[in-house]
Amino acid sequence: MKWSEFFTSSVGKKLVMALTGLFLISFLVVHAGINACIWANDNGVMFNTAAHFMGSMVVIRVLEVGLFAGILIHIIQGYVLEFSNRSRRKTGYTVSLGNKGSRWYSRSMGLLGTILLLFFIIHWYHFWIPSRFTGVHETPMVLPNSDGKEVHNLYALMKETFSELWVVIVYVFACFSLCWHLVHGFQSAFRTIGVSNQRYLVIARTAGIAFAIIISTVFAMMPVSMYLGWVE
Amino acid sequence: MESRSYMEHYSMNLTLKVWKQKNADSRGNFETYQVKDISSEMSFLEMFDVLNEQLIREGKEPIAFDHDCREGICGMCSMYINGRPHGPWHGTTTCQLHMRAFKDGDTIVVEPWRANAFPVLKDLVVDRAAFDRIIQAGGYISVNTGVSVDGNTIPIERENSEKAFAAAACIGCGACVAACKNSSAMLFVAAKVSHLALLPQGDVERKTRVLGMVAQMDKEGFGSCTFTQACEAVCPKEISVMNISRLNKEYLLAGLSSEK
Repeated sequence: MKWSEFFTSSVGKKLVMALTGLFLISFLVVHAGINACIWANDNGVMFNTAAHFMGSMVVIRVLEVGLFAGILIHIIQGYVLEFSNRSRRKTGYTVSLGNKGSRWYSRSMGLLGTILLLFFIIHWYHFWIPSRFTGVHETPMVLPNSDGKEVHNLYALMKETFSELWVVIVYVFACFSLCWHLVHGFQSAFRTIGVSNQRYLVIARTAGIAFAIIISTVFAMMPVSMYLGWVE
Repeated sequence: MESRSYMEHYSMNLTLKVWKQKNADSRGNFETYQVKDISSEMSFLEMFDVLNEQLIREGKEPIAFDHDCREGICGMCSMYINGRPHGPWHGTTTCQLHMRAFKDGDTIVVEPWRANAFPVLKDLVVDRAAFDRIIQAGGYISVNTGVSVDGNTIPIERENSEKAFAAAACIGCGACVAACKNSSAMLFVAAKVSHLALLPQGDVERKTRVLGMVAQMDKEGFGSCTFTQACEAVCPKEISVMNISRLNKEYLLAGLSSEK
């Protein structure tokens, strides 16, 4: 069997979605870990140090290319599958099955993914583009024990960005979408890569729900903490 | 509805909205029919027989629908009743659905399976030959297994034989395709692949089988599986989606270990 046949089959396409999805899940853990440094309540020293480390390490920058490739493949393949699957029934039912056979979020991965894509564009505009290309306008921070070296003050940028209520609402809504996307996507990815052992699938399902709730709550609490002044 | 005991007999008058379509090329539309004095002991198909006899007496064309064994084992009956393949009862084919599932005055909407791969031929009859072609692509054992052997001569782990037997219960009715938002045939293909892959007789061709059947499934125009599990919820033989996970494993192992 040729590689092209394998990866363009219905099972192969799903495998691509599963592998890129699991890769993106691992990125979420790193992202949440770095951002959680804001709760050190040290006026952003730990957070800016971690962010500077991530932005200046060659290995991390190379991995960043892989990350964007993973995101792009996941998005493109997701839309290809969504539109392809939708086209498989040109005449729909008058009375639909609805929630009698499946959960709403398992049927809405395309919609949830689209909400996340729109959020990513806003998020990149807020943080990634200024830190990599256009520059952060806030006063740079001098990290302790760095011989006066100045770094982007992303912490100050976060505080300014999350001083707007509508931005906080958009971010919390995106985290809500992320949670449901992960509740289905996490366990579905393991089924796609062929886990057919009931014991491991129970673990995957339980871990997926726990992961989805924890990671989404951690991300949602960041703008909320900033807006409500819970961090200095 | 007033409370009734499960065994209580009663009669009912019903309004039926049934999909009528002259042939595969025509558009089709819903027709409304009234049926009276339907016994709660009738099967759903017997109720359709009564309606068709009524239509013939009135000089109208009867409604075309698939049926054969009427025992829930052939997989021919295929009605989408009130938004659910095979109607409201869990683990039941249309022919085994009885009218006590409904109450006097109900309106029942009956549609054919909807999927591009299952084109409507007439009224409620769809063409499910795509399933036959998937089976022809590998859903069999072609190696010589010799003459019938004594029972238990070939040792099979009990757990595997149970799983294979459960998968073999698939009657190929197509309810999984009808219910799936993607019109995916994965549960059907997975049941057939699992049934044979779990048994020693099917082991020899397990790689070519899964590759061939998935390729044919894609060629027929079914969608891909997104694990909504609607297929399992409506399957009259309660085939588990665990078989889909097993198919994925079989496919990945076969595809990645292929030397061609």
